[in-house]
Amino acid sequence: MGELQQSNQLIIMGLSLNTYVLGLWLQAALTFAILSFLIGDNPVYKFAEHLFVGISAGYGVVIVWKQAALPLLIFKLLPQLGPTPGEAANYWVLIPGLLGLLMLARFIPRYDWLSRYPIAFTVGLFSGASIPAAVQTQLLEQAQATMKPVLGLGGIHWGLALSSLIVLLGVICTLTYFYFSKPHEGTLGVTSKIGIWFLMVAFGAGFGNTVMARLSLLIGRVEFLLYEWMPVISVHFNNHMQ
Amino acid sequence: MTTLLQRLESIDRRWIYLVILAAVVIPFLMNLKLPVGKHSPSTTAVHDYIEQLPPGSVIQMSFDYSPASMPELEPMAKAVVRHAFEKGHRILAMTLHPQGALMIRRALDEMALEMNKEYGVDYVDAGFKPGGVAVILGMGKDIVRVFEDMDARGNKLSAMPMMRDVADYSDIALMMDFAANSLPLAWVAYAHEQYGLQMGVGLTAVMATDLYPYWKSEQFVGLINGLKGAAEYEDLVEVPGLGILGMSSQSIAHLLIILFIVLGNVGYIVTGRASQRRT
Amino acid sequence: MAIGFIAGVFMIVQFFVPHAVATQGYELLLDWARIIGAFALVLGIGSLFRTHWDKIRRRRSGYGYNAVTLLSFGLMVWAGILYGTGEGSIGQRLTEVQDGATFEWLFNNVQVPLDATMFALLAFFIASAAYRTFRARNIEATLLLVTAVIVMLGRVPIGEMIYDRMPDVYEWIMQYPAVAGKRGILFGVALGSIATSLRIILGIERSHLGG
Repeated sequence: MGELQQSNQLIIMGLSLNTYVLGLWLQAALTFAILSFLIGDNPVYKFAEHLFVGISAGYGVVIVWKQAALPLLIFKLLPQLGPTPGEAANYWVLIPGLLGLLMLARFIPRYDWLSRYPIAFTVGLFSGASIPAAVQTQLLEQAQATMKPVLGLGGIHWGLALSSLIVLLGVICTLTYFYFSKPHEGTLGVTSKIGIWFLMVAFGAGFGNTVMARLSLLIGRVEFLLYEWMPVISVHFNNHMQ
Repeated sequence: MTTLLQRLESIDRRWIYLVILAAVVIPFLMNLKLPVGKHSPSTTAVHDYIEQLPPGSVIQMSFDYSPASMPELEPMAKAVVRHAFEKGHRILAMTLHPQGALMIRRALDEMALEMNKEYGVDYVDAGFKPGGVAVILGMGKDIVRVFEDMDARGNKLSAMPMMRDVADYSDIALMMDFAANSLPLAWVAYAHEQYGLQMGVGLTAVMATDLYPYWKSEQFVGLINGLKGAAEYEDLVEVPGLGILGMSSQSIAHLLIILFIVLGNVGYIVTGRASQRRT
Repeated sequence: MAIGFIAGVFMIVQFFVPHAVATQGYELLLDWARIIGAFALVLGIGSLFRTHWDKIRRRRSGYGYNAVTLLSFGLMVWAGILYGTGEGSIGQRLTEVQDGATFEWLFNNVQVPLDATMFALLAFFIASAAYRTFRARNIEATLLLVTAVIVMLGRVPIGEMIYDRMPDVYEWIMQYPAVAGKRGILFGVALGSIATSLRIILGIERSHLGG
């Protein structure tokens, strides 16, 4: 097997490889492999796609083991294996540990009903936590922010006052659109129509921002290819020409 | 004319891909540089908040993103880290996203090395912990306990000089969440509302319309929105990075998308009228 | 159902009760939730493993790719846990929290480009969708389209070159009418999530338990 001689140098069977350069070439190759999907589905893309799935899953296992399983369970039960060997063992973690193991019963069809206990606990817990949070964050605070005063300390700032009224009108009209207990006719029809317009503005803003976000991702890859990978090629080329 | 528009409407989509790729690559090759322009008030709000914090303040940063969102979020994260270190603030890094664990190293370690910051004194990497909301709520009572008194490198958290001043959220001056998902909503609901933790968010542009209401209601001190937000922050700290670099390509590509929309609609209107005339 | 009810009601009540007993119970339950959360991640990975192994075992079409998935999974787990920093015995490496250089190298040079490029493909798809399907068929669609165009221009430097107040127009749209629309949705979502949470706690909603 190879050994790391010094930083960025890997010796495999007598051949010296610069891991930094090797990494850049690998990154470029995998980038092009995924981009090849734009021409059409092909084996190179499929290979890269399946490689991604495997590597990501493996990464998840490693991170969960090192930053969750070890400190939350293993080092608590067997402190001599951890960074504080003198500490007393904490066997209370066996309770959530067992509950967690019950969740894995989902893999055994005959015993998958056992997984309901940990799921009931966690779903119940977070449902309970979310109620006061949702009331506070999404209802009360947002309602308060919608009811902005028209009169400021220095008098009426007309631009701001009009904008605040627009927000108030928009929120009320949007809410009437989502009221389906009565047909949208007459006054309710007018307000729900206005509500749809505000929704369309929100969705249009969302689409515009989404376009920006997606293009930024492509720009990121192009920046890598042009500013990190291409310079390596030009160095190789120059070295070869000398 | 109608025939041309009909042909354009049914064009092979690979030509569209090629045009978009050219729109992104050519500005880089031409070294086209555009000024960043006006800064959003939401970005300057974050900058000004960090600016006015007393030196030595602890800023918590949650790197809740994966490599998929790295092009937008890493430039802004690096700019904020740079700003925090320049002002003499200390950083507690952590993440609720499994892939965020190594994203922290990419953004933080490089900056710390460049700015001669000492691990354990100026910054700490607490790493990833599963549990989402449970972690957010638990940190409000005891941060070291939530991370089992261990950082991402296996060191004892409580032994670090920086962590002697940090027990819970009351010792955190500002929490910056860099996220490509709805985790900022969980942070604001549980950390800000229940514990009064002041929050700023670095977000991908996709999340902008969802999170602007929370900034308007002053539940966030500010937002850094997408690659433009990253460019603005780099401009504010006066160190250009990938955010500013990408603005030219972003501009040309946006113009091209608008052109596509206009062309598509012109073709739709004209071919629609032509088929009406035929019937 | 009783477990979910007790846990849920406790979390609601402790929000209003600052007493030390409530706080201790709260911290204990959160600790348990974090540990159980770790096992939930294992569930996902186990399902993935089972799906791919099944396809290899049955020699389904394209099973070679499934072998690539499992091999790369094995490589990453080996690099991260069994090899680690390359120092010490296997037992020491298994209990090492520090990530090794090989694991980081694989993450930075394999996972990062694959993940980033996979999502970069979306730029092409959104461009194609904008050209082929984004049509101003009625007033509402036109309003959506016009807003999208203003937002796209307002968010890039070239927009400011075309009209110097374009970024201000963008900010006004984002801070006022878009916020109004989103807030209406937020109120609905909040009421819906509160109702669903209550249904879960009271045992009316049992779909998460397979019922």
